[in-house]
Amino acid sequence: MGVIEDEIPAVPPLPGEKLASSSEKKKARNEKIRLFFKSPSAIIGMVIIGIWLICAIGGTAISPYDPLAPDGMSHSAPLVDGHILGTDQLGRDVLSRIMVGARDVLIAAPLAAVLGVAFGSLLGLLMGFYRGVLDDVLGRIIEAFLVLPLTLVGLLALSAAPSWSIIPGVEPSTGTVIIVVGLLFTPIVARTVRAAVLSERENDYVQAAKLRGETGLYIMTREILPNVTSPIIVEFTVRIGYAIFAIATLSFLGVGIQEPTPDWGLMIAQEYRLVIGGYWWTTVFPAIAIASLVIAVNLIADRLQEVMEL
Amino acid sequence: MSATETRTDTAALRLDDLHVAYDVRGVPRPVLRGVTFEIKPGEAYGLVGESGCGKSTTAYAAVRYLPENGHVTSGSITIAGEDMLALSSSELRDLRASRISMVYQDPGQSLNPTIKVGKQVAEAFTVLGFSADEAKVKSVEALNRVRIADADRVLDRYPYQLSGGMQQRVVIAMALACDPQLLILDEPTTGLDATVEAEVLDLVSMLRQETGAAVLLIAHNLGVVRRICDRVGVMYAGKIVEEGPASEVFDNPQHPYTVGLLRCLPRRGANKAERRLDTIPGSLPLIGTELPACVFQDRCALATDECRTNVPPATHPVEGRTVYCHHTSQVGTLVEAPLQAPIAGAGVGDVVLHLENVSKTFKQGNHEVRALVDVDLDLRAGETLGLVGESGSGKTTLAKAILGIHAADPGSVIELDGEQLAGLTTGRKADARRAIQIIFQNPDSALNRSKTVRAILERSLYKLAGIRGKDADDRMSALTEEVRLSPRHLDMRPRALSGGLKQRVAIAGAFAGGPRIVVCDEPTSALDVSVQAAILNLLGDLQRDEQASYIVISHDLGVVRYLSDRIAVLYLGRLMELGPAEVVFNGPHHPYTEALLSAVPSVDGDPPDRIRLTGELPSAIDLPTGCVFHTRCPRAIKGTCEASEPPLVEVEPGHAMRCHIPIDELRTLQHAD
Repeated sequence: MGVIEDEIPAVPPLPGEKLASSSEKKKARNEKIRLFFKSPSAIIGMVIIGIWLICAIGGTAISPYDPLAPDGMSHSAPLVDGHILGTDQLGRDVLSRIMVGARDVLIAAPLAAVLGVAFGSLLGLLMGFYRGVLDDVLGRIIEAFLVLPLTLVGLLALSAAPSWSIIPGVEPSTGTVIIVVGLLFTPIVARTVRAAVLSERENDYVQAAKLRGETGLYIMTREILPNVTSPIIVEFTVRIGYAIFAIATLSFLGVGIQEPTPDWGLMIAQEYRLVIGGYWWTTVFPAIAIASLVIAVNLIADRLQEVMEL
Repeated sequence: MSATETRTDTAALRLDDLHVAYDVRGVPRPVLRGVTFEIKPGEAYGLVGESGCGKSTTAYAAVRYLPENGHVTSGSITIAGEDMLALSSSELRDLRASRISMVYQDPGQSLNPTIKVGKQVAEAFTVLGFSADEAKVKSVEALNRVRIADADRVLDRYPYQLSGGMQQRVVIAMALACDPQLLILDEPTTGLDATVEAEVLDLVSMLRQETGAAVLLIAHNLGVVRRICDRVGVMYAGKIVEEGPASEVFDNPQHPYTVGLLRCLPRRGANKAERRLDTIPGSLPLIGTELPACVFQDRCALATDECRTNVPPATHPVEGRTVYCHHTSQVGTLVEAPLQAPIAGAGVGDVVLHLENVSKTFKQGNHEVRALVDVDLDLRAGETLGLVGESGSGKTTLAKAILGIHAADPGSVIELDGEQLAGLTTGRKADARRAIQIIFQNPDSALNRSKTVRAILERSLYKLAGIRGKDADDRMSALTEEVRLSPRHLDMRPRALSGGLKQRVAIAGAFAGGPRIVVCDEPTSALDVSVQAAILNLLGDLQRDEQASYIVISHDLGVVRYLSDRIAVLYLGRLMELGPAEVVFNGPHHPYTEALLSAVPSVDGDPPDRIRLTGELPSAIDLPTGCVFHTRCPRAIKGTCEASEPPLVEVEPGHAMRCHIPIDELRTLQHAD
């Protein structure tokens, strides 16, 4: 008997089109990428991030001055005198400090987001898949965490944190910040992922997998996880934006990244009292740096979400 | 006023050569390619055809409710003498408010879940200019009109507190508020139980006589159209291919597509043992593809070169019939699938599955709901058992208990080859798990969309047959051939496949490990009839080749009858009747079976005296005394049936029934009717 007596596929191959799954999936992905780049807001966001990335990678090699070296001649100097954005109270070049300071934020924020999304996804998968007692217990703990203000928990955690480096190769203070911020994001991510898993597990393929004798681990990681990647990716970009903000906040409060590392939040903390005296540049420019990066990440996150939900 | 004049001399709806296109990424894709028909005042007109043929687009275009990217490219629409395409948006709104009403498929979505029914119904009247007090009085009248007796109580409830049938009545009541001249029903009973469907259809027929409204009914179920409609139009690829009085079109189709559509249906007691079902080769053209002059040419057995180049003209083989086909005179020569020799050995194998006292109790708050009560059944090798009953009857609960998706109550005996099975699938041995598999209703949900067909089947082969690598490749080739998938489908993801192909993949997955028992849970209800026929044929073939036993759940009694050797009828978790398919369908049968069969609208027309079930399915929390069916039974014996529950007894060899009425009396009663 001939194969397919009564049906032809819904999508007949176009002339010249290879009938491979990869091409079909690639086509869908290319379409999403095309839509993503069609948006001016996403482009603006990427350009801004690109600039900060250049600053972070170039570091002291491209900064006009050494960010740590005071210029003995000009303390808290205004915008002229060879310092485009002025100097701080120790006479260090603000522009150089902002440029080099991008490095820590751009390492710490994505790492914190990765940590938060990884733990959150794991918890979310477990809670959404197993439900029952596990979900109840973890759910209550998460709710309790969500009630507490982020900065308060951060402050407590950071003051109790050890002073040695937890993440090899990263400054001890930065490492602690990454872990604390990452853990703080875990419950929020867990909730989002749990919701996605809950609706996904209603599909019959989950039931079919159980009847096939698959383990819970297999069903969670191989059946459900690939279908909830969209919310996880979106959550990741959104969390980067929040992480930048949280890291700056903690530095500002003095428990995050420590001197002498140039850091935007720390710069504001050390200089903001002088704004009243007219020395505004030391505070406003790092603030603009933080704002620009957060906005850039959010522009990308918004667009990504739109494209993913198509 | 001109409206009263037009009512008598103008059609309620007239479409003339209507073309509609949807813009897809800036390119207009034609969806309707010249639809012409007319509905006279007070007439009921049905549009039938497979999904994607343009039925709903026609209805939405008629009242200018097309989505933003859809537009009428040419043709005209006239409703009660008004040129719909010339109306301004405010005129259009007035016309929709006063003369046209629509009822959609899912009543739960037509009603706002957060607002009480009373307020929603009253709103239908306040928009017509009635005061709040008048609207209240009118609401009660409106509900009485749709045969809701305790209107006050219903008005004070939220939609979710009403059953599906009740919700649809409320929606119809609201639709009738403006006394419409045209009532458009878009799949009004899809998703409702057969008995509820019958009630809603009876209601629509009655209301049509009372109000004199013209009805445009869109349905994929031909039986529904036959029961309600005076005339019917058969659509294919955006064109009407045949039109005429419903009974004549269905009894004596003149277009090859109509012929094919009707032959796909398992009708008149067709069974897999006697014949394969006809299928229509090919599939519906995609939206936007170039079509030959006759849109059906590519799938038509009668097609000639003429069909490719010349648009078939309207011909009238009989008075009142219109057919768009060059070869109407030859439809009689279309060959039907031949009868085949009965399958030897069906149902005579050993008992594979033995159920005894199978019960399932759910806890609902403080109540115990007995969803399944002491079910005894045997299933033999190669045999098909059909499970029949309304929703809430326990069909799915029973299937899930057999599969081990939920555990039956302690004391229930579920034996596979004489060995008691653990309640849950996780507690069962690998062999037992492999032996019982399921084909789900909706392949979209049953196939993981992130995997390729190959990955899905490889995993099934590994887990169910225990093979991988080279062996698995060989078995995969054999398996795909068995379900008639082509090797090139293997590297596609489910999304790229049509509904029928997806269901084949799901079937291949279930058969990967050579199962002894396959539960088919509404295996074709998500599919179009031509695809359904192909899947039913496939299930028949597989059973013959693999000697698997089937448990078939379907609300479509034609499908159940086609596949089944024996039928079990369930009501409120109890086995009411069990017997060979022939006997259960032909009678004498249990009064509940009788009512169920009688409720299903048939393409072949209904018998003049149908049994009508009144009242709703009793709540499983508050069960009736005695025979659980006595509250709705048209044949209940006063004093006996409410007092004691009849046992399930074998009334004839192989035929068991739970009824106080003796079989001989049932025989005379049901034949006398």
